[in-house]
Amino acid sequence: MKKTNITNYKKESWIGLLYITPWIIGFLVFTMYPIVASFYLSFTDYDLLNAPIMVGIDNFKKIFGDKEFLKALGVTGKYVFIVVPLKLAFSLFVAFILNMSLKGINFFRTAYYIPSILGSNVAIAILWKFIFSTDGLVNQVLAVMNIAPVSWFGQPTPALFTIALLRVWEFGSTMVIFLAALKEVPGDLYEAASVDGSNKFRNFFNITIPIITPVIFFNFIMQLIHAFQEFNAPYLVTSGGPMKGTYLLPMLIYDHTFKYYNMGYASAMSWILFIIIMTFTLITFRSSKYWVFYNDNGGES
Amino acid sequence: MSELEIREAAEYKRQRKNKIRKHTKTLGLYMILVVVAIFMMYPIIWLVGASFKSNADIFTSIWFMPKAFDFAPYIQGWKTGTEYTMGHYFINTFEIVIPKVIFTVISVTLTSYGFARFNFPFKKICFAILIGTLLLPNIILRIPSYMMWRTFGLLDTYVPLVLPSLFAVDAFFVFMLIQFLRSIPKDLDESAKIDGCSTIKTLLYILVPVLKPAIISVGLFTFMWTMNDFMGPLIFISSVEKYPLTIALKMSMDATGGAFDWNKVIAMSLLGLIPSILVFFSAQKYFIEGISTSGIKG
Repeated sequence: MKKTNITNYKKESWIGLLYITPWIIGFLVFTMYPIVASFYLSFTDYDLLNAPIMVGIDNFKKIFGDKEFLKALGVTGKYVFIVVPLKLAFSLFVAFILNMSLKGINFFRTAYYIPSILGSNVAIAILWKFIFSTDGLVNQVLAVMNIAPVSWFGQPTPALFTIALLRVWEFGSTMVIFLAALKEVPGDLYEAASVDGSNKFRNFFNITIPIITPVIFFNFIMQLIHAFQEFNAPYLVTSGGPMKGTYLLPMLIYDHTFKYYNMGYASAMSWILFIIIMTFTLITFRSSKYWVFYNDNGGES
Repeated sequence: MSELEIREAAEYKRQRKNKIRKHTKTLGLYMILVVVAIFMMYPIIWLVGASFKSNADIFTSIWFMPKAFDFAPYIQGWKTGTEYTMGHYFINTFEIVIPKVIFTVISVTLTSYGFARFNFPFKKICFAILIGTLLLPNIILRIPSYMMWRTFGLLDTYVPLVLPSLFAVDAFFVFMLIQFLRSIPKDLDESAKIDGCSTIKTLLYILVPVLKPAIISVGLFTFMWTMNDFMGPLIFISSVEKYPLTIALKMSMDATGGAFDWNKVIAMSLLGLIPSILVFFSAQKYFIEGISTSGIKG
């Protein structure tokens, strides 16, 4: 009896491996190999036509003296610092209101969610370009309020803000995640607090926020990773302009890859971006023990 | 008036005051909700209106209703500036989207079943890698992938866009289905096993029916994301004939360039959104449930 159990287990163990085989192949071919190849390429000079030439760390040396790179890095940092907090705060705020048991919530939830479903579509980027154009909807609304029209795509900062706003506008999916988390907050905590004389406002900061920190943490990391890799919005809406004011790092990498065919140099740049993203992710993970509150069994978000 | 009555009257008054305060608060909340809803929806509504306006009218009013409905932007836009009609690009898009949805659903279901229901050597490492790929910035993979497909001579085909989905490359979906599977009691498949069901039969006849909502979510998200995918076709597809909708739209925008023919571009963009909107409204709950259980980024 015992023996058959063991053989059963062994047989099954290989079955499990069999089921995940597609993923293993996929990981090796479409993730592992590209990572290794990209690492190798970052130390070479390669133009797709001639064989790669090893250049050691020359690419990296060159990058840190490359004004275009440094400028794009600065712009990317600025973009990330605008878009991530704004999007998180806004989605948490709206989720908080939607969580109060009001009638017709489903309607609002759907209305808010639609942009995030359509958001990354090229069509939306085209529409955005149009809404913020000199005679576009936004300036027409401003005109009604007697505010002088803004040349949204004429100056670097407003242009970057416009792009960030496109992503904030797509706060729907982040909001839905927050909403699910808020629903899990046990109601008796609030009751206990109100007996103690706490108010809604204080409850929000003293009870709600601490309890949903794991979800805030999750959303923060995901938004961070996405924001650093933003390509579509600046590429489609502003083409990186004006004066490279929205020329984010992924665009620079794209241009070096597919316009100038500097495959090695572009790989080195994508490694630097990769390291930046990973550093931020790790810092967030490391710091999470100070600000993320887990229920006693932990790890649940 | 007895003391009791006075107290009752005071109590009544207080309750009414509370009620009024509550109503004002509710009203305030609704106002915020409505303002946000306008902020979210009005641009889309206005653009729908704009697509029926003449070019001269677009820039004159913030009101969305056109003075007269003009279908010319749609008719002209449909023809596009290329030798192909919009319909051609729609078909191209579906040639990518449909196989990708099918492949993703199959490969992701199998992989998540393996992770959620079996013990096997190196499972912990594999799972850690899976979670790691969730956090991996894709940008690092782009150049070598391009070179790999180039070596295979498969650039300018749909293979690079579709084939990887056979191998469960989207860790998000695997993770999401694992989460769902974990919430299904194991007794269900144990009893099937006792009845002599093979593992694959257990998956197909016992688990898939229970998992259906989650699997539909995976299919729907794949549909949306592939419909929206811009970077993939931009890198891999180079001939106009094979362009999907996203690239064709971008092309029409570039062709328009200056200030003319905006209504045509808007009309086409809106047409491009229709499949996504239809799918979203016919299966809304799957999107919201899917996203809340796993925390997928949409």
